[in-house]
Amino acid sequence: MNIPTKKPGRSAATALPLGLSRRKLRQTMIAWAFMLPAMVILALFVFYPIIYSVPLAFTDYSVFSETKFIGLRNFQRLIKDHDFWVALQNSLMFVIVVPILQILSIALAVLMNKKLRGTTTFRVLTYLPVVTSMVAVAIIWKFIFDSNGLVNVFLMEKGLISEPIRFLSSAKLALPTMMAITIWQGLGYYMMIYLSALQHFPEELVEAAILDGASGWKIFWRIRIPLLQPQIWFCSMVSAIAALGVFDVVFTMTNGAGGPNKSTYVLGLYSYIQAFSKFDFGYSAAIGLVLAVITAVFSIVLEIYNRKAGDIYD
Amino acid sequence: MTKQQNLKLRRQARKGAGITGSYLVLILVALLCAGPFLWLLSTSFKSNENIYALNFLPQHPSLAAYANVFKLLNIGRMLWNSVIIAGGGVLGNLILATLCAYPLAKMDFYGKKLVNNALLATMIIPAAAGLIVNYVTIQKLQLGGSFWGVILPNSVNVFSIIMLRQAYLAVPKELLDSARIDGAGELKVWWSILLPQIRPSMLTVVIMDFVNKWNMFLWPLLVLDVEQYPVATGMQYISQSFEYKFINVAAGTVLSVLPVLILFVIFQKQYINNTGGAVKG
Repeated sequence: MNIPTKKPGRSAATALPLGLSRRKLRQTMIAWAFMLPAMVILALFVFYPIIYSVPLAFTDYSVFSETKFIGLRNFQRLIKDHDFWVALQNSLMFVIVVPILQILSIALAVLMNKKLRGTTTFRVLTYLPVVTSMVAVAIIWKFIFDSNGLVNVFLMEKGLISEPIRFLSSAKLALPTMMAITIWQGLGYYMMIYLSALQHFPEELVEAAILDGASGWKIFWRIRIPLLQPQIWFCSMVSAIAALGVFDVVFTMTNGAGGPNKSTYVLGLYSYIQAFSKFDFGYSAAIGLVLAVITAVFSIVLEIYNRKAGDIYD
Repeated sequence: MTKQQNLKLRRQARKGAGITGSYLVLILVALLCAGPFLWLLSTSFKSNENIYALNFLPQHPSLAAYANVFKLLNIGRMLWNSVIIAGGGVLGNLILATLCAYPLAKMDFYGKKLVNNALLATMIIPAAAGLIVNYVTIQKLQLGGSFWGVILPNSVNVFSIIMLRQAYLAVPKELLDSARIDGAGELKVWWSILLPQIRPSMLTVVIMDFVNKWNMFLWPLLVLDVEQYPVATGMQYISQSFEYKFINVAAGTVLSVLPVLILFVIFQKQYINNTGGAVKG
């Protein structure tokens, strides 16, 4: 042990109440000095807006009149608002991309993990959509899925369809088309997370199973999938939060209108429209709050399931 | 042929078929992922022909669309705006996040748990939340119509802090302790011992953050004037209007994604590895 160089008794005499330690207090000062600039920015532009959005949902804040506290009136209005229900339904519907995206990503990761030649190139190519801006992605896919775009020209020329499929201009197909684009854009990202996990697997486990005569499928289901559990939960969580809060793809594909005829309204977009086209900030905040609550409930439920599943495998 | 040889041959054949099948699937996926970009690229050279025809390669390649986007769309200006916005934000984030992550990894202080939890909590909040409040804040600070109105709110990225914190954590404690015993202050320890150790992670943060900021389109749309739009916002704006032919939009889009794609291909290792590594924390 080091011999204390300080005068004995000094620290005891100035002992702090509440069990605070002097050394830790000094560290606290230094620590906050390092964090201060970042914390100021975060407080102003991240924490404060998130917290302040909650009371805002109970006001009639708009640019037109003085702000009043109006209790639950925004939420009563929501219940009767047909557009809101469309948006809510679409946001929930969007969660369908989660399982599809995860299954495809895992399958692709398993393929990439086979150590075939050229996988680096394949990895880079599947990652291109991930790093490209949503604006560019939307411009490309609008061109391809247009009524007289490439897909339709191709199908018509081959005689497979007699009239163009209205991928983006029909209320039925517009949302599924956007879901497909979301899957296309997310595939590389989730695949990389799974691939990285697969590459760090204890290969002895797989080898032992092969020696025991286990088939490829059995190895996949009994060894690889259980070992991938943490990644599957993490990815499902991230992907579900993103799906519920979907905004960018709908905004860029529909030029911010949620068309055709409001059929692709989602909560994020509806909240945006209320705020920045109607300047009804209070109502917009109420929609945002509904979205936040749904997201939180989703995360908590997933987390509980995760813990339970973890118990089984531990 | 013995039974065993037969079995071995069959297994080899199956393996061969498996490899061929794997390649087929991989090529299909690669085409699906990269194909749309390639088609856009080839379309941007098709000024003199029908862009909806099914021939992939342009028959009379022309650079007219590229000349147009510089003349008509002023894309040079938009690219420059993007450089200022992304560059400024990346620099701010690098400095602030590097500073902020240090105590979170290496010091024992009051409020640490609270800060860590608060940072993690922001990751599950929908990105659109807070848009209104931030908009009002920026107007009150009179930063609307100024690049600062975009740079400032985006100058700290929580994900960067978390990533740098992981990097700091990996630096062995003995290294710091020996420096402290030699009498180095916290600032000195941080600057001359820790920073060199986390340089690879700093590079990754810069690249990932740059890509995010280059691609950001909504916030600039809300706070900036049209002539200040960065290229992503500008292309969104232009693609909405019917004034411009798609061929010009195509050329503009190619130019708008090119910087990011080049950066990504150069640094793909840092970028991709960290996507995978992010979960382990």
